[in-house]
Amino acid sequence: MTRYFTDEHEWIDVDGTTATVGITAYAQEQLGDIVFVEVPAAGASVSKGGEAAVVESVKAASDVYAPVTGTVTEGNAALGDDPSLVNSDPEGAGWFFKLTLADAGELDGLMDEAGYKAFVAGL
Amino acid sequence: MRYLPLTPADRQAMLATIGATSIDDLFADVPAEARLSGPIAGLPGHASEMAVERHFSALARKNMAASHHPFFLGAGAYKHHVPATVDHIIQRGEFLTAYTPYQPEIAQGTLQMLFEFQTQVARLFGCDVANASMYDGSTACYEAISMAGRVTKRKKAILSSGLHPHYVSVAKTMAHFTGDTLDTAIPALDGTDMARLLDTVDGETACVVVQYPDILGRVEDLAPLAAKCHEAGSLLVAVVTEPVALGHIKSPGEMGADIVVGEGQSLGVGLQFGGPYVGLFACKEKFVRQMPGRLCGQTVDASGKRGFVLTLSTREQHIRREKATSNICTNAGLCALAFSIHMTLLGEKGLRSMAELNHTGAVDAAQRLAQVPGVLLATPTFFNEFTLVLSKAARPIVRALAEKGVLGGVSLGRLYPGEATLENGLIVAVTEVVTPDDIETLATALEEVLA
Amino acid sequence: MMQLNQSGWKPEMGANDDGAAGTFTGNRALMLEEPLIFEIGGSETTGVDFTVRPELVEGLSSSSGSSDPEGQGFDKLNPNGILGNLLRTAPIGLPGLSEPETIRHYTRLSRQNYAIDLGLFPLGSCTMKHNPRLNEKVARMAGFGDVHPLQPRETVQGALAVIHELAHWLVTLTGMKAVAMSPKAGAHGELCGVLAIKAAIEAKGEDRPVILVPESAHGTNPATAAFAGFRVESIPATPEGRVDVEALKAKLGPDVAGVMITNPNTCGLFERELKTISDAVHAAGAYVYCDGANFNAIVGRVRPGDLGVDAMHINLHKTFSTPHGGGGPGSGPVVLSEALAPFAPLPFVEKRGDEFMLIEEETAGEHHASSFGRMAAFHGQMGMFTRALSYILSHGADGLRQVAEDAVLNANYILRSLEGVLDAPFAGSGPCMHEALFTDDGLAEGFSTLDIAKGLIDEGYHPMTVYFPLVVHGAMLVEPTETESKATLDQFIGALRSVANRARQGDPALKSAPHHAPRRRLDETLAARKPVLVWKDEGLAVAAE
Repeated sequence: MTRYFTDEHEWIDVDGTTATVGITAYAQEQLGDIVFVEVPAAGASVSKGGEAAVVESVKAASDVYAPVTGTVTEGNAALGDDPSLVNSDPEGAGWFFKLTLADAGELDGLMDEAGYKAFVAGL
Repeated sequence: MRYLPLTPADRQAMLATIGATSIDDLFADVPAEARLSGPIAGLPGHASEMAVERHFSALARKNMAASHHPFFLGAGAYKHHVPATVDHIIQRGEFLTAYTPYQPEIAQGTLQMLFEFQTQVARLFGCDVANASMYDGSTACYEAISMAGRVTKRKKAILSSGLHPHYVSVAKTMAHFTGDTLDTAIPALDGTDMARLLDTVDGETACVVVQYPDILGRVEDLAPLAAKCHEAGSLLVAVVTEPVALGHIKSPGEMGADIVVGEGQSLGVGLQFGGPYVGLFACKEKFVRQMPGRLCGQTVDASGKRGFVLTLSTREQHIRREKATSNICTNAGLCALAFSIHMTLLGEKGLRSMAELNHTGAVDAAQRLAQVPGVLLATPTFFNEFTLVLSKAARPIVRALAEKGVLGGVSLGRLYPGEATLENGLIVAVTEVVTPDDIETLATALEEVLA
Repeated sequence: MMQLNQSGWKPEMGANDDGAAGTFTGNRALMLEEPLIFEIGGSETTGVDFTVRPELVEGLSSSSGSSDPEGQGFDKLNPNGILGNLLRTAPIGLPGLSEPETIRHYTRLSRQNYAIDLGLFPLGSCTMKHNPRLNEKVARMAGFGDVHPLQPRETVQGALAVIHELAHWLVTLTGMKAVAMSPKAGAHGELCGVLAIKAAIEAKGEDRPVILVPESAHGTNPATAAFAGFRVESIPATPEGRVDVEALKAKLGPDVAGVMITNPNTCGLFERELKTISDAVHAAGAYVYCDGANFNAIVGRVRPGDLGVDAMHINLHKTFSTPHGGGGPGSGPVVLSEALAPFAPLPFVEKRGDEFMLIEEETAGEHHASSFGRMAAFHGQMGMFTRALSYILSHGADGLRQVAEDAVLNANYILRSLEGVLDAPFAGSGPCMHEALFTDDGLAEGFSTLDIAKGLIDEGYHPMTVYFPLVVHGAMLVEPTETESKATLDQFIGALRSVANRARQGDPALKSAPHHAPRRRLDETLAARKPVLVWKDEGLAVAAE
């Protein structure tokens, strides 16, 4: 399994043609306490760079973009009851949705962990 | 000038601190050609309190005030007795001159009041939740249509012919720009258009909007319509312009309405020639994130005490900007307070007594007025407002009545100009302020002007 | 993700270091706790007595009588039939209080509020100025407060005269052609202006889907444009806090319907090049909307009409002192240029000879056929019109000019007295107008704008506007208005300097401020995660399960 990062502060774990998407620890720290998350339903099509999910803290709201094009297989239902998972475990239990990749080639432009760290350090 | 505390010496000292030589230095960024050199054309200099008051007194005397005459106007704004306590409390500076409760630690008065208001409105309307108020009933109505579109992702709304014509006008204005489709109709004196609504609602319909009681005063069971809407995946939006009615008849929420909006002017807020009023907005809990407007919610403070804050703000324009549920940026805070105080004074017992008085008074008036030659009652059901059909066009009759010192109602000619089938209609509202003598005066005057 | 958290606003609770001994009541002397009406009221209690009619006292319902005696279509023997068989049977759940309990409930609540009557309320861009009490008296005159909006026009000539007179002064003060009086608040006025622009473009048979909005704009601007069906494109600010004119010009094209500009802007600065912008916008076939929220800084000194503005709303509470009332009601008349005036909404008041006419749907066709329609029931916020006109007549031409001058003087006095302890990003670009902007730059690690705001509460002030505008991090926007004395400002400056220094030095006590308010910091996260929006009787809820 390989983990990639976007400059929009999403992470994506890829295992063959399936992938899991969430927002980074840095993003949740910037947003503050997450109070609401809206994830896409299974079957939804998302396209790279398009709006896929919504994350809200008390005083900020943000659209989460799909890092790659694909078909959603599962939204994280646990976030509906407990959005704080995004704060406590953003890159684990606080994942947003899983999808089937349409084009693995889209991963090429994404960063690895070291690259993202350097990107954040430069912000 | 009595409102400006700075003295000439203060101004000089402050300019010195700033490092400016004159006030003009502070306006340096204003291009010279945009600066006004002289005083505003035609506007006299500052005036004493007494002079200004005189000016207004003279203008006020040119109006016929509701309290000074037998008064029967309704059609979306009602004259009720507002207890003296209400106006006293809303003039307390801590309510009158506070801003939006952005700093909850020092705004618990406004916030707790809003929480109480939201609960009162939700209960009165038979809904789960209510917001902290909208501008007025008409704008709350289009916001409800707009919200139903967001919930259902559909673009068509069906409006009952019994919806207040100004509310229909407002919805039309908005629909023209948002690209929504509205299905509307003109009311008929011989019955409501419930059959049309039941027939038309379909899988494309975002919502059906129905007024209760309707513009002519009629009341009708909404439960079958709610069921039909839900079958089609549409929402039922009910509009209440006379909330006092709900002290005596079932609430729209009880009958299955999904969103209930209304005009709260009737309680606590005077007639004020049309504004400011207070829009009421309530809905089922599952739609709360699609609701427009401010919401107050309960929480705790750092020492564990109960407190209140504005919440779910991410729906609103100051955070969501172009993706907000509405561009609304205020509520009708002080009018909501007036509504809430009046409702607290009344309580369930008082509201029910008041509603019953309104209804029995209206029944008496309808019976008496229907005895006037040339007058027929057109509305077999009503709460405190009914429609008469006169033997002549009602609009000149209303003017003739006013000349006799009687404010006798709202003519359908005024509300639906050019609609020949409606021109003889007169809407008469009877609240607790109307006395038996007033009814007799109206009946006599009506007999004279119709003769 | 779109924007992580542009303003940097993150609510923080702070520690519970409330060590003071508790009291039996929870009260602290004059700081009185007050339960909810649902906890103290009863369904059988009422604070209103109704005059019972004699026939009811005798036990004879007035609804009794023979069935349909005159053949008038309803059956008095079946009162529920007249109600469509919808007589309420279920309880509503509305608690009542007697009059003394009511007075005490709301009086106690009122004392938990800060208000302009209590002290300085320096909310930038919100403009909390003194509310003259003459205005309240005038608005309550029976001839204005107790007239119905649908009375025949002959019976409301004085009320129509007030609307006409206020309209005249708003047009004159702004140098515009016409004014739409019916919008119910500033944001409603924005909608009015944007719809007028859209109607004008439709009338020309054009399709222009874009509205340009500077990034320093208030959130209502993009929200309004989006509601009206426009796509919003953002214009950056220059390093000195003004609209980037070149960037704006680069975006102008046949797809642009208009530009929404706030002037003076939300950084407290006058947009020097507004006329240049207007000329460019007009040359591109588009219109200029000006957010007039800050008109109070220039009233009597600058007429927006001279700067090429096509539409501008005026928040009557900000410039003309109508009360905020804890969040409304507002009133947002919109002045319009010659180009947009034909599209103004209905209704409006017109003077014909000696008579004031109300132009509504019925007669609009005669000479106002291009109107885009009605925005609200009835004729606008009359209760605010009387107050605003009272303010204008009280000040007169000399007073209004002085209002703008003193507002600007007070704001610059604050800016220069605080720039040593707070970062003032645009102080170098010259004087400010009616408000001074600061940022959180230079505070100790872990300290924020929020901490300064909460510290000011303990000093007895309402905090300034925080985290707005979004163009700087941790914004603090201070607007004193013209109705504050120098002594008041000096004390406020002392307090804010003290709190700012504590934040720079990292005083831990500031993190848990306020300590002396009716409530400590409130848990906004809890409120949003588990919304409790109405009171629920815990006992009942348990019983129902």
